[in-house]
Amino acid sequence: MTTRIDTRFAELKKAGRSAFVTFLMAGDPDPATSLEIIKALPKSGADVIEIGMPFTDPMADGPSIQAAGLRALKAGMTLKKTLELVRGFRKDDNATPIVLMGYYNPIYIYGVDKFLVDAKGAGVDGLIIVDLPPEEDDELCLPAMKAGLNFIRLATPTTDDKRLPAVLANTSGFVYYVSITGITGAAAADSSAVSEAVARIKRHTKLPVCVGFGIRTPETARAIASHANGAVVGTALVDALKNSLDAEGRATAKTVNAVAELTASLAQGVKGAQQAAE
Amino acid sequence: MNIAKPNSYRSGPDERGHFGIFGGRFVAETLMPLILDLEKAYTAAKADPAFQAEMNGYLKNYVGRPSPLYFAERLTEHLGGAKIYLKREELNHTGSHKVNNVLGQIMLARRMGKKRIIAETGAGQHGVATATLCARFGLECVVYMGAVDVERQQPNVIRMEMLGAKVVPVQSGTRTLKDAMNEALRDWVTNVHNTFYCIGTVAGPHPYPTLVRDFQSIIGNETKAQMQEVEGRLPDSLVACIGGGSNAMGLFHPFLDDSTVEIFGVEAAGHGLTQLHAASIAGGRPGVLHGNRTYLLMDADGQIQDAHSISAGLDYPGIGPEHSWLHEIGRVNYLSATDDEALAAFQLLSKLEGIIPALEPAHAIAKVMELAPKRAKDHLMVVNLSGRGDKDVPQVGDILRGKSK
Repeated sequence: MTTRIDTRFAELKKAGRSAFVTFLMAGDPDPATSLEIIKALPKSGADVIEIGMPFTDPMADGPSIQAAGLRALKAGMTLKKTLELVRGFRKDDNATPIVLMGYYNPIYIYGVDKFLVDAKGAGVDGLIIVDLPPEEDDELCLPAMKAGLNFIRLATPTTDDKRLPAVLANTSGFVYYVSITGITGAAAADSSAVSEAVARIKRHTKLPVCVGFGIRTPETARAIASHANGAVVGTALVDALKNSLDAEGRATAKTVNAVAELTASLAQGVKGAQQAAE
Repeated sequence: MNIAKPNSYRSGPDERGHFGIFGGRFVAETLMPLILDLEKAYTAAKADPAFQAEMNGYLKNYVGRPSPLYFAERLTEHLGGAKIYLKREELNHTGSHKVNNVLGQIMLARRMGKKRIIAETGAGQHGVATATLCARFGLECVVYMGAVDVERQQPNVIRMEMLGAKVVPVQSGTRTLKDAMNEALRDWVTNVHNTFYCIGTVAGPHPYPTLVRDFQSIIGNETKAQMQEVEGRLPDSLVACIGGGSNAMGLFHPFLDDSTVEIFGVEAAGHGLTQLHAASIAGGRPGVLHGNRTYLLMDADGQIQDAHSISAGLDYPGIGPEHSWLHEIGRVNYLSATDDEALAAFQLLSKLEGIIPALEPAHAIAKVMELAPKRAKDHLMVVNLSGRGDKDVPQVGDILRGKSK
């Protein structure tokens, strides 16, 4: 089965460049503004869109993304509304891949089977669930594959060669390499270490490898994108969003543009990179 | 729900860390290799007589075990029913049962060559035990504690600092135990190469619920032998308080297959089960948090809800996965006690027995006050007095003075 993710990476490969992957939290700072922001991303140069599913206890996230989740929850965001957000986006864009990223509990409570049907129906292409390692594949990964959604696995610096095959076995769409041991928003890894790690993963898989955690500037994005099939930026975009809010944490006239402008400049960085050697 | 009864209640978990549908390994990939290493190291240590012998030495001469099984004569007379015995875990070095588990984990950390120890703490008892053993073995120690708990458990914060630990007040989320655990997990993901996470209760990803249970089972094993010596038979009932549930699991586990023994776990009902509370089994349902599937307090969207208890050690929206399983198969009865009931029990035990309990086991005493009068005089009831109340004296003093005004 070919998903929008597969199609997008095939197009990029033909064009000889890496993907720019953006992350923002669904419903941050409120559901309506969030939809405007997500809609603005493809025009600004995002190739793949990751949307965070807010959770009260995001144990792998740094302060910026924790706060984004809490802003969204405070604004009444739920998993159901996150799927509505995707549906809203799909009205105008049927090509840009959408990946939902988050933690398992809200999906478990929603009901796995119902969630997969509703997510597929809304136009979701893939899932990244931080707290579901291959040891728990029965929970969501295998049912998601059956439902035609990509299950994108995180590989990390602690995932050694012995473990990589297990991590990659049921992965589809792309592999998300977490460039550091740490939480989102932490310091960046140096690009030579990333290059080595990506090469190591590519010895085990034909899937595209995208790299995230710690990429904040167009320069880092360019450096990382030259070693990988994609660069993911989250915290920097979430921070730009937050800095545009008023004192009460509400959206202002600047909010959508603040995110769009940073997206455009990061996209320039990624597009300036030479495509990674296959 | 119709669940088949197992041949033994003591054979879990399976190789994937499941107790029925509960437990598991719901962690980020970064931590997964480490958790597998820990499991391997623990399996090897368990099979190594030298590990057990070294532990037994410290348990005897450093912790001060065995802890006494004390007949609470005046409490028994006052309640007029069952014969009540207190398992005196509050007499352990550091003042609670927490040290049993920490000793085991620190010895594992040493075997694994880890030099930096992190821990989460609610009431501070687990933090103090961890700080103590890190001091003893010359290890770096960082303790994450919710900012709200730092405020209400000042004596323990001061103790940890005196022992050389760094106490980090956690400002995220509800600023209590669950957020301390989130922050400890974030530290662990970041410093995975040199850090051992010393979890304080029978929760978290496999193998933690099992290894913490095993290290705490000394409570139940001693109780069994001591009761045999004093009364010549098994007790008829066991009572223990439950936050995550390590003191309870330690007492219960050796008795699970003794079908004549009634077992009661007591959750914290806070202001009452229809208001803010911390009783995950009474008021929650199965979900996934902090590495395991278990009963959790949450809303319709699966967002974790704030727990409330007067006792910082019970103020957690979850419970160990093995307790969830024991609840579902009906082997253990889970009850709950409110803040006010715990306060009354705290005062009663202080005045009748000259023992000031921690607010956590005061919840267990509160249910003993209900259960004991309904039992015959030859009924033997054991309650786990899991910690002493020194840490709670300022907080309870303030509450009682406020009330008497």
